[in-house]
Amino acid sequence: MSGTFVGMPAFPKAAHEAVHDRTLRGNLRHATHTIRGKRAKAVAELADWAELREAGKRIKDHTLRHLDRYLVQLEESVTAAGGTVHWAADADEANRIVADLVKETGESEVVKVKSMATQEIGLNEALEAEGIRAYETDLAELIVQLGKDRPSHILVPAIHRNRGEIREIFAREMSEWGRPAPDGLTDTPAELAEAARLHLREKFLRAKVGVSGANFMVAETGTLVVVESEGNGRMCLTLPETLISVVGIEKIVPTWQDLEVFLQTLPRSSTAERMNPYTSTWTGTTDEDGPRHFHLVLLDNGRTDTLADEVGRQALRCIRCSACLNVCPVYERAGGHAYGSVYPGPIGAILSPQLRGTASEIDASLPYASSLCGACYEVCPVAIDIPEVLVHLRERVVEGGPVTRAGNKVVLQPAKGHAAERAAMRAARWAFSRPGVLRTGQRLASRTRRIHPRTLPGPGRAWSGTRDLPPVPAEPFRDWWQRTQNAKGGAE
Amino acid sequence: MRVALFLTCVNDTLYPDTGRAVVKLLTRLGVEVDFPMAQTCCGQAHYNTGYRHEAEPLARHFAEVFGDYEAIVTPSGSCGAMVRELYPRMGERARAEGRGDTLAATLAPVVPKTYELTEFLVDVLGVTDVGAYYPHTVTYHPTCHGLRGLGLGERPTRLLRAVKGLELVELPGAEECCGFGGTFALKNADVSAAMGADKVRNAESTGAEVLCAADNSCLMHLGGTMTRLRTGMRPVHIAEILASTKEEPAV
Repeated sequence: MSGTFVGMPAFPKAAHEAVHDRTLRGNLRHATHTIRGKRAKAVAELADWAELREAGKRIKDHTLRHLDRYLVQLEESVTAAGGTVHWAADADEANRIVADLVKETGESEVVKVKSMATQEIGLNEALEAEGIRAYETDLAELIVQLGKDRPSHILVPAIHRNRGEIREIFAREMSEWGRPAPDGLTDTPAELAEAARLHLREKFLRAKVGVSGANFMVAETGTLVVVESEGNGRMCLTLPETLISVVGIEKIVPTWQDLEVFLQTLPRSSTAERMNPYTSTWTGTTDEDGPRHFHLVLLDNGRTDTLADEVGRQALRCIRCSACLNVCPVYERAGGHAYGSVYPGPIGAILSPQLRGTASEIDASLPYASSLCGACYEVCPVAIDIPEVLVHLRERVVEGGPVTRAGNKVVLQPAKGHAAERAAMRAARWAFSRPGVLRTGQRLASRTRRIHPRTLPGPGRAWSGTRDLPPVPAEPFRDWWQRTQNAKGGAE
Repeated sequence: MRVALFLTCVNDTLYPDTGRAVVKLLTRLGVEVDFPMAQTCCGQAHYNTGYRHEAEPLARHFAEVFGDYEAIVTPSGSCGAMVRELYPRMGERARAEGRGDTLAATLAPVVPKTYELTEFLVDVLGVTDVGAYYPHTVTYHPTCHGLRGLGLGERPTRLLRAVKGLELVELPGAEECCGFGGTFALKNADVSAAMGADKVRNAESTGAEVLCAADNSCLMHLGGTMTRLRTGMRPVHIAEILASTKEEPAV
């Protein structure tokens, strides 16, 4: 994925700072709670929400089951409509294809529609290395780009910033990239939006190449779909002469009719809108209207490997609505950056370790970045059982086992650093398989309870640093039970 | 009706009062309670930490110990959810690993007859007024696996509302996780503690004397946070409130 996240520390370490950053906690709490409440209202309006959710799940599962067929159908449809399809096995290949396509046009700048796939492959950085400047045109992506920052949310990548911080970034950085911010810019939302609008307008009108992702690709007609709120996407998709779309292979739906489901569930889940303001669809190229050249780069980058795992593959149903981020108590406190990926939050915790593998410190720690509270699963519009996949990936980390990497079956070794835990789990299983041993342990704990410390040394500090230990009772329940039952038995 | 009390290893070891309360309550309601002495642990901590294969012998042991009872009652939403939701999944995974149907078949009998305490009271016994008396202000935290796993819904609060003398006050952000999460509390201690502190502050804001829940693991985390933050509130398991009467009040 994006080079900007390479070398991230494990999740707990990265979260440590965020938890103690009061401004960040405040920003995130305010933003996630607001959108959480709005989403709940928007979803409650639909009497058939449960059916829509089930339908979305089934359409995605069906498509993934027959992905080979639908991808070929899509390629044929796009080609027939005047587009060109490119296949990219990984991030490097996709970046190279896009850079070459831009160079062929003779241009040195592109305007971008907000896209997770291009974030995932680090396209902006790759283009920069080739002397091509990519301008983000989504308001929040613009804030992130101008602030030399990293996105921390799928839908609202600048969620960690408040109005004051955004005003600062605009006033300081806009002149470096083009039209400067107006003098005396305040932090009112209307003024900030107007500054962005003026800054971006010249880019839209000048650009000859647009780069996008897509929310959906319709196999039967070769139509791509982008849903958005700001209209910047519409500008990038229609004004340039060349349009290059980089899309994950799992974004296919078989027919237009299937869109009916997702165009209801996606806006309500993500922005809590009944319908998003702009839905752009395009099919190849059209004479005298829109881009003259259209290229579709189909991105694998770990998706086929993910598809091979029968528990983990449900993560590929994701439509990137970010409802799971907005309800996640861990995301709310750790912030998006701690996840070390363009995909933060609960969905990121199951996507990143599958797309990238569990070899790095951050990826091996992500499956544990959850209390398994299940709020994510409850709101997911395609019913991804995120807790189930998290536990499955924990197993992969501690036990190893068969996985698919770059199309090959390999057997992972158990991750290092879990030896003590593994020994403890085995010991506990051994003791719990023998009620007598458990009882001896309980009695020992009860008899020594007066000398138990209030706080624990070493790893135990993880508990007792912030929480008192529960007092151990004078006798475990089973001793009381046996004592009183025996007494009863004797009396009878 | 003769039921087995599946107390859970945490309650057996650290919260015997909750076990005594369940026995007292169910006996008062005419249920014959047995505590199979061979019971140990359902394997939830193993399973949720990624040690599914270590959890399997514990699940088989559970099925052996409890298989012959009419009903199995547990005062823990998360251990109840382990049996009801995750035992079938363990069976499926074993099958997917080419180990046949043995595990699924062994575990199947205990799955449908395992009930969380409030479920057993409301659904099986059909009571909401259990004749309890508890003259305190109480706020209720619905723990995640009870709420979203088992779908306990209004059952616990319906039971609490019927308790004489009890004033139930609403907990802000009730449905948010308390941050315990089993080994999550240790592996992500900072985030866990922040979630716990927020939950405790919300509980404190209600002015209640007691924070009630149907799971002592969550209450262990919240209680430990409460004493550390010196809030003066007490964590109390719902069984102890429902068992309390005028004649024999809970301490």
